[in-house]
Amino acid sequence: MPDARTSAFPNVETSILGADEIIINMGPQHPSTHGVLRVKLKLDGERVTGSECIIGYLHRGVEKIAEHRTYQQFAPYVDRMDYVAAVSNGLGYCEAVEKLLNVEAPLRARVIRTILTELQRIASHLLWLGTHALDIGALTPLFYCFREREEILKILEKYCGARLTTHAFRIGGLQYEAYDTLEHDVERFCKDFASKIEEYGTLLTENRIWLGRTKGIGVLSAKDAIDMGASGPVLRASGVKWDIRKAAPYAAYDQYKFEIPVGKNGDTYDRYVVRMEEMRQSRLICLQAIENIPTGPIMAKVGKVLKPPPGEVYHAIEAPKGELGYYLVSDGTVQPYRVRIRPPSFVNLQAFDKMVRGHMVADVVAIIGTLDIVLGEVDR
Amino acid sequence: MADDPQEKQPPKPPASETPAVSTPQGEPKPPVATVPPKTVAPAAAPPPSSSGPASPTKPAAPATGAPAKPAAPPPPKPPAVAPVPLDNELVKRYRTRFADGLRAAWEDRKQAILVVERGRLEEIAKFTRDDEKFDFLSDLTAVDWPKRERRFDVVLNLYSFAHNTRLRLKVHAGENESVPSVSGVWSTANWLEREVYDMFGIRFEGHPNLTRILMPEEWQGHPLRKDYDILTQDTAWVRENLGIESGQ
Repeated sequence: MPDARTSAFPNVETSILGADEIIINMGPQHPSTHGVLRVKLKLDGERVTGSECIIGYLHRGVEKIAEHRTYQQFAPYVDRMDYVAAVSNGLGYCEAVEKLLNVEAPLRARVIRTILTELQRIASHLLWLGTHALDIGALTPLFYCFREREEILKILEKYCGARLTTHAFRIGGLQYEAYDTLEHDVERFCKDFASKIEEYGTLLTENRIWLGRTKGIGVLSAKDAIDMGASGPVLRASGVKWDIRKAAPYAAYDQYKFEIPVGKNGDTYDRYVVRMEEMRQSRLICLQAIENIPTGPIMAKVGKVLKPPPGEVYHAIEAPKGELGYYLVSDGTVQPYRVRIRPPSFVNLQAFDKMVRGHMVADVVAIIGTLDIVLGEVDR
Repeated sequence: MADDPQEKQPPKPPASETPAVSTPQGEPKPPVATVPPKTVAPAAAPPPSSSGPASPTKPAAPATGAPAKPAAPPPPKPPAVAPVPLDNELVKRYRTRFADGLRAAWEDRKQAILVVERGRLEEIAKFTRDDEKFDFLSDLTAVDWPKRERRFDVVLNLYSFAHNTRLRLKVHAGENESVPSVSGVWSTANWLEREVYDMFGIRFEGHPNLTRILMPEEWQGHPLRKDYDILTQDTAWVRENLGIESGQ
């Protein structure tokens, strides 16, 4: 059976291979590619001299589906893109449609959204930490990370009944009131989490093997990171202090104090440090938010049939992986004319080739892990 | 495509290139920004040409042809979100530099949109990156308007770290017209342009490797075009490669 994917190898010159050069194929069913990413590697001995990512195995045509659904009907679909951070996807979409409609969710809704989104960020980073460490060879953190992540999923489940693809928010606000002990649950989690995250630190931060496997691996300079469109922790680890939660506050982020951690060297270790610090900051945001959840309505007046006036809007949020943007075009009907999703994983993955060149094969899994990609979002 | 009478029309009149050049422009500081021609719009609220950028809130009611006076008391309606012409310092700089290379400028939901000439996109992109400091290309995508003379909008969403602002650049492209690649200006555009080529079939001139990225390489058709139905598929490909009659 002819498969043009094997011949499509334009970035790596297959015809001119040196005496010791070989081409190997990694994925799409490789456990450390976090899904169905396929990477072709050109190797000189054990050193990578070129690479090409082949994606699209999980392409479901989400943007096409959107044009055939109403605005509300499409909301659950976005949860299936970055399925380890479904709450963040939903937040971005709901806010983009609200912007298109020119309505704003009530403050109470925005605060609850902020709490759940920050919990989701912690959960997403925990999953990243566990699997990233596992890829590199540290088995233990995975179990601890999943233990804490479970607590967050329980809170999400109590709130909306779903653990993974939550569809927690609605256009205009929230469908569900916060359950009675939400504050208590979040507070208990945050209190426990403070010491837990330091535990992970003792396992990794000064671990010699961890340092050896991450320091100086996959370096991305600030200039390159901006040029490649990298965002989120990948960009911040390169020393660019940019977080959309601060630059263009959405939800209720303007009310809370938090720091933007940045790295210096832009290597795998710095990205680890940045994400660890982000978890601590997210915990602080949650603690501030539960202190004072305003009372009031949880839904703005948006009506049952949404017909945004013709026009277009681009709305970006700081998802756990980076800038998640929605570009919506309305033609005044109940269905969006065009929904474009700017996936952070897709754009960040583009920097992979630059980061991997010159490193060993074993570092490839470290670099895939440090990019924190979710293939459901890369392929959509 | 054009034979479908039910086809949706562009909601907003994003100036097809011919009428835009017929309006007087290129003059130093015209009082009103180039307004997209309004007559094409369906029942939507067209931007009244005489309302300046200083009055972004306008009634959303359909303008009945009467020119809206700048001093007209705005009725207490919900805040309108209709596009308004844009004529700020940024637009003036583009107009000074590129004259009619800038086809139109307006603001929609407080977001600036510039329509520029397709042929000069690369030059304008370089200026945008270096002089206007929009060094971060967030997104590059396309929108299909099959009824229009030039059916595609190629849309660039830009961000400036220096000014913390966003800007949207647009070019129009016809069925068989290629668009200059901006992958030499922002490396991000490499994969994004491949995706647009994959999904819409728009060719980018000067792109280092314009191949499909999400769909299989030998797939026929471009799924995000409006004339590509949601149930359409490349049946031959599915039969040959998946060994089944239909993927539906």
